[in-house]
Amino acid sequence: MTDVLDRTDEHATPQKDGRSRLKIIDCDIHPSLHSRDDLNAFLPKRWQEHLKTFGSHIRNPFTSTTPYPRSAPLISRRDAWPPTGGPPGSDLAFMQKQHLDPFDVEFGLLQVLDLGICSQVNLEFGAALQYAINEWQVEFFSKPDPRLKASIIVGQDDSVAAVAEIERCAALGRHAQVNISPRANEPLGRRKYWPIYAAAEAAGLPLGIHVGGYGGHAPTGSGWPSFYNEEHHSNAQTVAAQLSSLVIEGVPERFPKLKFVFIEGGFGWVPAITWRMDQHFERFRSEVPHLKRRPSEYVHEHFWFTTQPSEEPDNARHLRSVIEWIGIDRLLFSSDYPHWDFDDPRFAFKTPLTDAERRQLFNTNARAVYNFD
Amino acid sequence: MTRHVAAKTSDIPPGGNKVVSVGGREIVIFHANGEFFALLNRCPHEGAPLSHAACVAHLHSSEPGEYKRSRIGELLRCPWHGWEFDMRTGQSYFDPAHTKARSYPVIVTSGGELVEGPYIAETFPVTVDESYLLVDV
Repeated sequence: MTDVLDRTDEHATPQKDGRSRLKIIDCDIHPSLHSRDDLNAFLPKRWQEHLKTFGSHIRNPFTSTTPYPRSAPLISRRDAWPPTGGPPGSDLAFMQKQHLDPFDVEFGLLQVLDLGICSQVNLEFGAALQYAINEWQVEFFSKPDPRLKASIIVGQDDSVAAVAEIERCAALGRHAQVNISPRANEPLGRRKYWPIYAAAEAAGLPLGIHVGGYGGHAPTGSGWPSFYNEEHHSNAQTVAAQLSSLVIEGVPERFPKLKFVFIEGGFGWVPAITWRMDQHFERFRSEVPHLKRRPSEYVHEHFWFTTQPSEEPDNARHLRSVIEWIGIDRLLFSSDYPHWDFDDPRFAFKTPLTDAERRQLFNTNARAVYNFD
Repeated sequence: MTRHVAAKTSDIPPGGNKVVSVGGREIVIFHANGEFFALLNRCPHEGAPLSHAACVAHLHSSEPGEYKRSRIGELLRCPWHGWEFDMRTGQSYFDPAHTKARSYPVIVTSGGELVEGPYIAETFPVTVDESYLLVDV
């Protein structure tokens, strides 16, 4: 019987045995614009007027919502709407009070979904928007709260503009990673995206790939599903396909210092696809002679996976096995605050972890990936 | 188990709820279809505050394309992951045998009866012309 635990207040409580609490690094926190006008300080008048007149346009069947209504207003926890108004994630003080402070978040990686930056169809507008949103993250979140680390979010359909933006931001040193979407026009291993990988590698920044976006394709390999229920777990299929594309096209071979972090795709699927890639590597070696090593070796050196939404098999030992198959060193804790499928760091893993494993998963793995020292 | 005076019935409008501290615990009391239901303000899954839950109907389907709503407003849908619980019992809809929110008995009584005892209001004065919610914790 799973029953409730009593608690005396709504915040995290210290560990019962008096050990000092583990500070966590949360690799997926979603800030939001309080209002689109917040971008005006960073957006030329020409594009402010474009945004007001024509709006944001991504390859998506609808312009002001997602193709699948997502069960909770703005995909968010119903308790995450700031008392000051505005959407969840738009009020830093409330984010600190509800999330960063009670959970002892040492660092949080910002993942911006507003305006679908990676998937903008109008490329010039996309270039202006990516500049604006990359500055906005710093001014509205990282500067007032240095725990929050901004990401250089770039539209991958215009690799020239993307590279320029990566180089611009990297020279200023205020961002912790480069972000692209896993739903692009082509699989991410394709050469048209390589200039972005070269720029990220040269800047010494990991490439964060957060689920979402619409590259003009159905979200599953078998077409458009009927329900949000199906679309939500198509995130895992999408990132599995992208892991395969990146590895088999030889991206880690070509960019040996580049680190990839798959964000919000879960991790239960990782062992199966890795085993299968190794199996096919043996069988079809001559088709992909640019691969010098077994695919699993690239996965174990170049790829990390954030944990949310954590897998919840009926038998907790199965979760333990999956973690062991992937390797605890590949997993980075993420909460997805303030979205509805948020994982609470205290309760997300329904299997025992040793103290050493907890330190890795909640802190030291991400610390090393993002060079937080 | 001790019986506590937790709130006035007039504190909670139909379809609403109130969070109270009873015996050191955070309890949420819901008002639905003329009745009151008390639960620990905490989802058994990851601890979300149930006071932010959507109060929904029991929706069931005998086959695709057929659906039926009943017990309107008596199911709680957790504000985070959407797990559904019966506010009357705390029983979960998806896994009734193993997952349960903690619920507490609620009794409605008049101020007149309260003043006569044996229960003592802990947190606020009781007047004879109001009615009150007692929760056993």
